[in-house]
Amino acid sequence: MNLWPIPIFPLAGFLVNGLFGRRLPKAVINTVAVGSVLLSFLWVVFALRSLGGLETAFTEHLFTWIQSGSLTVNVDFSVDRLTAVMLMIVTGVGLLIHIYAVGYMSHEGGYYRFFSYLNLFMFFMLVLVLASNFVLLFVGWEGVGLCSYLLVGFYFTEQFATNAGNKAFIVNRIGDFGFSLAIFLIWRQFHSFDFAQVFSAAKGLPVETSSGIITAICLLLLVGATGKSAQIPLYVWLPDAMAGPTPVSALIHAATMVTAGVYMTVRSATLFLHAPVAMDVVAIIGLATAFFAASIGLVQNDIKKVFAYSTVSQLGYMFLGVGVGAFSAGIFHVMTHAFFKALLFLGAGSVIHALGGDQDLRNMGGLLKKIPITAATLFCAGVAIAGLPFTSGAASKDLILEAAYAHAPWMYWLGTITAGMTAFYVFRALFLCFLGDYRGHHHPHESPAVMWAPLAVLAVLSLVGGFINIPNWLEPMLPVHEADVGSLIKLLPFAAGFLGIGLAYVFYVLSPSIPDKLASSLGGLYRLVYNKYFVDEIYDAAVVKPVVQGSRTVLWKGVDAGLIDGSVNGVGALAQGVGGILRLLQSGSIRAYAAWVVFGSVIVLIAIGLVGGGR
Amino acid sequence: MSGVPLNWYLILSAILFCLGIAGFLYRRNIITIFMSIELMLNGVNLSFVTFSYKFKQVDGHIFTFFVMVVAAAEAAVGLAIILTVFKNRQTLQVDDINSMKN
Repeated sequence: MNLWPIPIFPLAGFLVNGLFGRRLPKAVINTVAVGSVLLSFLWVVFALRSLGGLETAFTEHLFTWIQSGSLTVNVDFSVDRLTAVMLMIVTGVGLLIHIYAVGYMSHEGGYYRFFSYLNLFMFFMLVLVLASNFVLLFVGWEGVGLCSYLLVGFYFTEQFATNAGNKAFIVNRIGDFGFSLAIFLIWRQFHSFDFAQVFSAAKGLPVETSSGIITAICLLLLVGATGKSAQIPLYVWLPDAMAGPTPVSALIHAATMVTAGVYMTVRSATLFLHAPVAMDVVAIIGLATAFFAASIGLVQNDIKKVFAYSTVSQLGYMFLGVGVGAFSAGIFHVMTHAFFKALLFLGAGSVIHALGGDQDLRNMGGLLKKIPITAATLFCAGVAIAGLPFTSGAASKDLILEAAYAHAPWMYWLGTITAGMTAFYVFRALFLCFLGDYRGHHHPHESPAVMWAPLAVLAVLSLVGGFINIPNWLEPMLPVHEADVGSLIKLLPFAAGFLGIGLAYVFYVLSPSIPDKLASSLGGLYRLVYNKYFVDEIYDAAVVKPVVQGSRTVLWKGVDAGLIDGSVNGVGALAQGVGGILRLLQSGSIRAYAAWVVFGSVIVLIAIGLVGGGR
Repeated sequence: MSGVPLNWYLILSAILFCLGIAGFLYRRNIITIFMSIELMLNGVNLSFVTFSYKFKQVDGHIFTFFVMVVAAAEAAVGLAIILTVFKNRQTLQVDDINSMKN
């Protein structure tokens, strides 16, 4: 079965909705948008079924894109077991979110624009996942970044939304700069962009001698991944990206695009295995991000911001898993996270929808009775992300933590503390939202079936998704580390989860005065965390202001206005001056012209005479 | 012919050409200017014929015929223009016929 239709369906949907959507009725837009993703999903299912076990990668050559000397870039799609997992996540979760968006966006303007962007995103994401070389992967990588920008800035009449879109795009440029350098280095080292060739060449290298350039490649790949997957130090765009519509937050900024960095790192596992230093850096960055973002999530009051920091934190877990060598556990967490975090965002969207647009947790409360279906599904997601036993989150997170323990125990302990914090902040948000008394003024109403049906599906997946044994499926590609740890180590994350939920229950249900007292007694620390460690302000002072100032004074006033405009205007003035002099020759008198002709002929004759008549 | 050196022909040709130039530059009457042009053409013709004779080649003669044909055609067109100009302007002074200027 061919692979090319998988991304082509959403592309066709994008073209139809993008070009003609303005004149189409909503029913047609819905059919095209959802139908194209549905076709894509079905095609993936049938293609994977016909491809069978996928012991070796299946590659499909479409056409040669760039051919220059020894450099060849093919547009080839390739499916192996890793791609299969990602394809199922992207099209499956993408389909559910498209269906949900039909309900969520029904009252919004720019309906066709939203769905055409969303379909374009699906196209680029599928290209990214299916790509069989680094350049094509980069095409998808940039494409999803573009769609992220377009959708974050979807409410383009609002200043904060366009700012958030710009921030997402510009911060990602930094990461992409690193990624493109990594691709250049890969070409220099391996003379190929093709995954199969690069990795088979890398496999042959001994760990000791190759560490220099391979480490550089891996660190630069990591820079790219930190941009796309919102890790320290480039995570700052993701919380702001919540300015986009909630289905976008769920699809792009939770389930699929932000996991592209993890996917890329796992795809390059062979390279990373030859660069132990880079692996350690990945693990440390992941762990630091997980802890740091979770601590910020503890005190946020905007329900989407809580989940945004939670996403950053969970992505940190994935990088921790990758960094300690548990690649398949990282991908496993990508999948389970796609289920429960998409659900959290969609549920939050359903709450926001019910409250007529209010996102502030302080204005919620007591919604359990008013929107019971949303509440039930959100609690399913909550127990999954908190990692309670037998949920999907437990299965993947514990694998990561066990691998971390085998690598370095302190990573395990910090990860377990973070797990407790995760349980606390998620249930803090849920308790503030659903228990207690209603503090808002809007009359909440349950969302329509088109919205809660995807929630229900995702809730089931969040609970039982852990039984899909991804590490086992990926075993032939990515060997599983059998971390032999004691049962105490296995059980402690559960305890941390229960403890976090219990604390949240005590703080926000039993005696709601405790958080305020704690906040005032820990004044300085609380303000520090509440203001997100002032990272945005530090970046603003250290990077943004100098760059803007430098651009304004040096690049604009100096180079642009002085040099470029000066030389352009100078050429114009020169031509004008010369023309002013030459104009005097155009007297309009025939005899003057004739005299000039004679004068010129005489000059030519003299010149010929001087050089000797050409002899 | 054998008594007349080649240079004399060429000098005569140059004198004719220079007279033509001088007439073209200094005379005001269109008809005189026109005749000056003819004079220049004939000066050139003379040098063509001279070289053709000297090098025993027919090219110069052919050129001369072409020049004469073109000059005849030019005379026909030019004189027609001059007649029309005179009809419209009642003058043949080139300095007065400058409405194309500016």
